[in-house]
Order: sequence, then C-alpha cells, then structure tokens
Amino acid sequence: MNYRSPLTTARGLGSAKSGTAHWWLQRVTAVALLPLSYWLVVFLNLCAHAAYAKTLAWLALPINSAGLLAWVLFALYHAASGLQVVIEDYISQEGLKLCTLWFIKVLFMCFAILASITLLRITG
Amino acid sequence: MVEFTLPKNSKLQKGKTFKAAADAKNIRVFEVYRWNPNDGENPRVDSFEIDLDQCGPMVLDAILKIKNEIDSSLAFRRSCREGVCGSCSMNINGKNTLACTKAISDYTGNIKIFPLPHMSVIKDLVADMTHFYAQYASIKPWIDTQTPPPADSERLQSKEDRAKLDGLYECVLCACCSTSCPSYWWNSERYLGPAVLLQAYRWLVDSRDESTGERLDALEDPFKLYRCHTIMNCTDTCPKGLNPAKAIAETKKLLLQRQ
Repeated sequence: MNYRSPLTTARGLGSAKSGTAHWWLQRVTAVALLPLSYWLVVFLNLCAHAAYAKTLAWLALPINSAGLLAWVLFALYHAASGLQVVIEDYISQEGLKLCTLWFIKVLFMCFAILASITLLRITG
Repeated sequence: MVEFTLPKNSKLQKGKTFKAAADAKNIRVFEVYRWNPNDGENPRVDSFEIDLDQCGPMVLDAILKIKNEIDSSLAFRRSCREGVCGSCSMNINGKNTLACTKAISDYTGNIKIFPLPHMSVIKDLVADMTHFYAQYASIKPWIDTQTPPPADSERLQSKEDRAKLDGLYECVLCACCSTSCPSYWWNSERYLGPAVLLQAYRWLVDSRDESTGERLDALEDPFKLYRCHTIMNCTDTCPKGLNPAKAIAETKKLLLQRQ
C-alpha cells in the first residue's frame, strides 16, 4: 500500500537546478559543427587529391590542426551529450542508467584524448 | 519507463457488436475501448453501429447516445460539451482531442475511440489523472507576491502585459498534449509534460507575480523540463489550438537569460 500523497510523488526529490548548460552546449556545438563540417569536407577533398607530403604539410599548419581539433572535440561532445539524452530518455533503472552514462562519458573522453594526441603529433 | 509492447493483461480482444436498427440508413461504426477492473478480463473493443440521422453532430453526442440507448455501462468523463471543461479528452482515430468539439463529419470510415494514451485506466475511457493533477499542483499555479495588494484596488496590469497571457490562460488541462508526448509516456514520474509546463510559463510571464526566480529554480531540472525535445506533438494535438512547445521553449530562453 502506498501512503504517500500524489503531491509528494509529483515533487519527488525536487529540482536538480541544472540542465540549462547541457541543453545550451548541445545547441552551441550543433551550430558550430555546421561551418566546421563544411570546411572539413572541403579540406578532406583537397587532401584526397594531393600528394602525401603535401597533405602532411597542410595538416601540420596550426590553422588546419586547430580546425580539425575543433571539429573532433565538438563532434565528440555533441555525440556524447546526445547519447546521454537518449539514455536518460529510455533507461529507467537507476543502476543501469548510471553505468551506461559513465561508460559513454569515459569512452568519448578517451576518443577525444586519442584524437587530440594524434592530431598534435603531426608536425609535417 | 519505455514499453514498446502492451503488458499481457492489456492486450486487446475483439468485443461485442451492437447492430443498428434495420431501417437505419446513415450508419457509422464506433469502435470503443472497454475495460472493467472488476471482471478480470482483458480490455476489448466493442463496435457500435450508430444511425447518424438520429444522433447529434459531435463525437461526444455519439458516445452519449451509446450510453443512453445501447450500453449504459460505458464509462467516460464529460461535462460542459463545449470545450471549456476539458473532461472528455480521449484518443479518437489515433489523435488526442476533446470529443465534444470534434465533429463526426471530420472523420471517414469507422471511428476508433480509446482512452488517453499511456495513462492507467480506471474504467473504459476514464484515465487516472491523479499524478497529472498533482504535477499541476506542484508548480504552484497561483499568484505569489510579497508586496501587499494596493489598498482598495486590484493589482493592475498593462494591456501589453495582459496580452502575454493570451494563448496560455485558455488551457483547460485536458491532458491531450501531455499524453501525446513520448517523453511523458516514458518519464512521466519526473517530466512535468507540456500541459503543466505551459501552466508554469503562464505564471512565469504574469507581470503581477513576484516569484519568477523561484519558479525557474523549481523548473531547472534535466527531467522536469529538459525531457522536452521539441517534437511538437503537443502543439499538433491541442484541441484548443494552443502552443505548449513554444511556452516550453520560452521557459528555456528565460533560464538561459539568467545564466
């Protein structure tokens, strides 16, 4: 028998007083990825039609590494935060939800570290 | 939580068919969801043949005709029959709406009538609204002020400020929008849903209210507010033509504004 009032259930543990930054950053990264993705496609197309040494030289230029790094980090952040929303939507068992969120965050952080190190090691 | 198939005891069975009188010419079939908590049976869909020449123009008229003349055990809510009480909200041909303001002539073929989706059913078309109303109570839907009202007068509001309540105050809390929202289906324990969030925004923009910050504090939550992914089922289904999705978006803008 549940003796809690409906209002107690509705109020639950109250507000977490967070969520706005997560929601906003998801949109900021989405908008940032529009021009960055266009640039990436153009850049990769150029690289695909250039010699290996030329491609390496281009990749070593700070402007190009910065662009690539920005794309990788924004895309990974956007993907991770999108997956977080999907998990929160569809998984209701607290333990499983917590573990899946933890796994996703660690996995995407590892991707970001790996991609950053790889990009920064290209020196031409 | 997410449920992609119906639980065993909710699987639909074929129900009874009630034929119209032999001399009826303008017949329309109404397929109505039936479930009785006392008989231990699974829910079923009964078919009622209605002679539209002997029936009022709205879907609610047909339901009332069924109850009055064919099967008095049919349970449903209704009151005003003109779209201001919000009692007769139900799912008609796959879309949540008010039976009293929906004309039978708006549909072709059989008309399927079900209770509001993903709500516990009390009987037939009567959904359990307890949690929905408690969520409404949780947003404190009343004016909250510290300043005492002016002596011998009302709290005044400019015409421009009053206009901000248009499109919000008309909500009749029928729950058509909330029960059309997948986020509300999966997470209604914590997500407030479009109807309650529209009502919350109604108090956020009321120029006379002095608790905007506290109201925003109470809403800023990944589940209470941010389960809304702006798919706009709510706006699409609202029988009053309101736009809860916009009210939610405006609430998010207010939260961003105060960062």
